[in-house]
Amino acid sequence: MAAPLLSVRDLVVEFPTRRGTLRALDRVSFDIEAGEVLGMVGESGAGKSITGAAIIGLIEPPGRIVGGEIRLQGERIDSLPAERMRRIRGKRIGMVFQDPLTSLNPLYTVAEQLIETIRTHLDVGEREARERAVSLLDQVGIPAARRRIDDYPHHFSGGMRQRVVIALALAAEPELVIADEPTTALDVSVQAQIIDVLRDLCAEKGAAVLLITHDMGVIAETADRVAVLYAGRMAEIGPVRDVIKAAEHPYTRGLMGSIPTLAHSSSRLTQIPGSMPRLDAIPPGCAFNPRCPEVMPRCRQDRPDLIDRGDRRQVACWLHASAARQEAGNG
Amino acid sequence: MDEDVLLRVEGLTRYFDVSRPWLNRVLERLDRQYLTAVADVSFDIRRGETFALVGESGSGKSTIAKMIVGLIEPSAGRILFDGTPMSFASGSAMRAQRRRFQMIFQDPFASLNPRWHVGDIIAEPMRTFGMAQGAELRREVGRLLETVGLSARDSRKFPHEFSGGQRQRIAIARALSSRPEFIVCDEPTSALDVSVQAQILNLMRDLQDEFGLTYLFISHDLSVVRHMANRIGVLYLGRLAEVADGKRLFETPRHPYSRMLLDAVPDLEMSGRRRKRVEGEIPNPIDPPPGCAFHPRCPLAFDRCRSEIPAPVSIGNGMASCFALEEAQPAPMA
Repeated sequence: MAAPLLSVRDLVVEFPTRRGTLRALDRVSFDIEAGEVLGMVGESGAGKSITGAAIIGLIEPPGRIVGGEIRLQGERIDSLPAERMRRIRGKRIGMVFQDPLTSLNPLYTVAEQLIETIRTHLDVGEREARERAVSLLDQVGIPAARRRIDDYPHHFSGGMRQRVVIALALAAEPELVIADEPTTALDVSVQAQIIDVLRDLCAEKGAAVLLITHDMGVIAETADRVAVLYAGRMAEIGPVRDVIKAAEHPYTRGLMGSIPTLAHSSSRLTQIPGSMPRLDAIPPGCAFNPRCPEVMPRCRQDRPDLIDRGDRRQVACWLHASAARQEAGNG
Repeated sequence: MDEDVLLRVEGLTRYFDVSRPWLNRVLERLDRQYLTAVADVSFDIRRGETFALVGESGSGKSTIAKMIVGLIEPSAGRILFDGTPMSFASGSAMRAQRRRFQMIFQDPFASLNPRWHVGDIIAEPMRTFGMAQGAELRREVGRLLETVGLSARDSRKFPHEFSGGQRQRIAIARALSSRPEFIVCDEPTSALDVSVQAQILNLMRDLQDEFGLTYLFISHDLSVVRHMANRIGVLYLGRLAEVADGKRLFETPRHPYSRMLLDAVPDLEMSGRRRKRVEGEIPNPIDPPPGCAFHPRCPLAFDRCRSEIPAPVSIGNGMASCFALEEAQPAPMA
């Protein structure tokens, strides 16, 4: 079997502080296959954005990767020199962030920024780069692209700017796009448009996507598989439909129940007591054990690793470890 | 029926002067510019119900909230609280009225004074209205903290010692302390994670049952509104597009904008519904389109929509402002 496009193994990211070292990611492992959309959900502080930043080598110091490895098509990229990493960013991995204004330079026209990106990474002349830029803007749904390409970012509305950012991320035809909360700053009606553009265009160009968001609805409509993070650890990973319809980790189940839906207005939402622990106060054993309705003595001592559940599903929970053993015993 | 109305809003309108400074206007020969944040909005909120206002950015929902609690004055129209017009002049009449309604804001990090003890934050409305003092005040603060799921001991702490969800509980305790009948909640859970949001929404419903509260609930999140509201008003660029019972709005939205909003919500049920692509974005409120502000994005727009502003048509116990409904063209369901 071919190596996955991206493979993250036992990734550990730490932030040294005056009051001790905080472990923001603790042995996180997952793969992304070529052309696949992997959604990554979790609450604030769960480590979603740090995972994205680690892959593109942009963790803010003093944070650093202290363990594990990240491979892009089999090649390690977590320990590359800055100069080589810069060539991978933009060329092989594109990026879309929450706020389009931070990704666009206000002093340059959209044309200048797109052409620069295209010419940095692809061997084409000025005129061909410009043609490509116009065609990209057209593909992300900017009307009258040929005329608007010479405008500055502030001439565009929020939704249009995010389309420009997507065009920029795809300019060098990357194999992977990391989209960190790409629609969070947008209105509901515009959010739907941007999700459609991102999903359809990446599918067309064969780019895989790591879609980081706190919005389970966006994941449900966009992703092939979903990874659920809790307190810097992977709780569960599997095909979107399976995880949403039949979550195996008690945290995922609680999370799904706590989301109000349009379909029915039930009297009460499922409530997970308490809140996610701070990074300096993660309990021993399973990080979720103080809030877990199905907690067992073992959960307070031993940390569960991801357990294979078949059908591309994995869950880090002792409940399923014993079930797996029983099944093995019966078989 | 009418006695049931706790808050009535009639023809509420608010302009903001967004002109360039005087010197620029003179030198660059510019006119004064006004932004109409809220235009001719009318609705009733009945005692004990949750009325929600939904809309995207620039729809005027927060401006309406601020006018209702008296933080800004309307340019036109009036607000009746329990039958009496709200007075914006400060005075004893306003003080008496003020005690009866409170507000909960979106950002619990900005709405609590970081230099005050939690106990003082919660006690302030009671002190202001002379409702309690001394040991009685402290007992009351402890009781309120327990009502919102915190501990009486927390009154000695500072806001920074609490998480976002706990801070919103403190803001709720403060809002409850003057024993109000009516609470304006402006995006009370938008800054919170979903699992914490669920706790706060459940708490707000429990408190409503316990104290018979009436809520004006403002949100951009339709799923949250669906969960909380009895009746819902949909705002677009400062005007009410539709008002309807929650169930009716979500099952048979009448205004094309309501339908578009519902279509845009990501589908967690995974029904495989391929939603209709929503066209366009919200226009600039300084220079809104003529006629019905929604017409450039509306699939049903015809000539009249481009020149005239539609008047509300009553539907059941709600309304919708749309010429397509007026001319009885049955709108195709999505």
